Amino acid sequence: MSDQEMDMEEGGVVKQFMFVNRKAPYGTIYALEGLEVVLISAAFEQDVSMAFIDDGVYELKKGQDTKALGQKNFSPTYRALEGYDIEKLYVEKESMAVRGLTVEDFAVDVTVLDHAEMAAKMAEQDVLISF
Amino acid sequence: MLHIVNKSPYERNALESCLRLAINGSAVLLIEDGVYGAVKGGSFEGALQAALPGLKIYALGPDLSARGMADRVLDGVSVVDYGGFVDLVAEHSNCQSWL
Repeated sequence: MSDQEMDMEEGGVVKQFMFVNRKAPYGTIYALEGLEVVLISAAFEQDVSMAFIDDGVYELKKGQDTKALGQKNFSPTYRALEGYDIEKLYVEKESMAVRGLTVEDFAVDVTVLDHAEMAAKMAEQDVLISF
Repeated sequence: MLHIVNKSPYERNALESCLRLAINGSAVLLIEDGVYGAVKGGSFEGALQAALPGLKIYALGPDLSARGMADRVLDGVSVVDYGGFVDLVAEHSNCQSWL
């Protein structure tokens, strides 16, 4: 019996999944869809992380208020991720800097990585899923 | 002429092209992800500041609020609501949407 089959008997293989978010919220559906898939993935007990790169950093901005827009404000959901054991939120430093954002602008606690650290983190994943 | 931009200047070059091709006295309305172009502190701020003396630049309030950016709009940019959007379209003889 292979090692992988042994793992399956003990409750399945755990892989590292990274969800890569590169789109601003509301302008397109990507940010919301990505978040929903992340929540679904929590049910499969995998090692899940999220990366926020380029306009994806805007997803985490504090103080979003969509009342006048008539769309659902999904930003509070990022604060609920912790309850699903999704605690690894990585933000690329260069993407923040170019947009004039600091960690104080975010609604959740994040780990800031420079581009080299982010590249290394991406390289070590088993599966990357892009939004 | 009214120019409308709905793309983030950090993702697409729509706003950059708009500012290059809008003649003095034109109006530019930033909507949807375009409103990120009207915000302080980013690397696009300089380009927008440089365009401000020649253009009237507007940003749609509901889109700024949705994105948590209503409190950091650049000085010189006018925030309008949906009624203001309609007025801008009605006031100008033609309109270019930079999709």
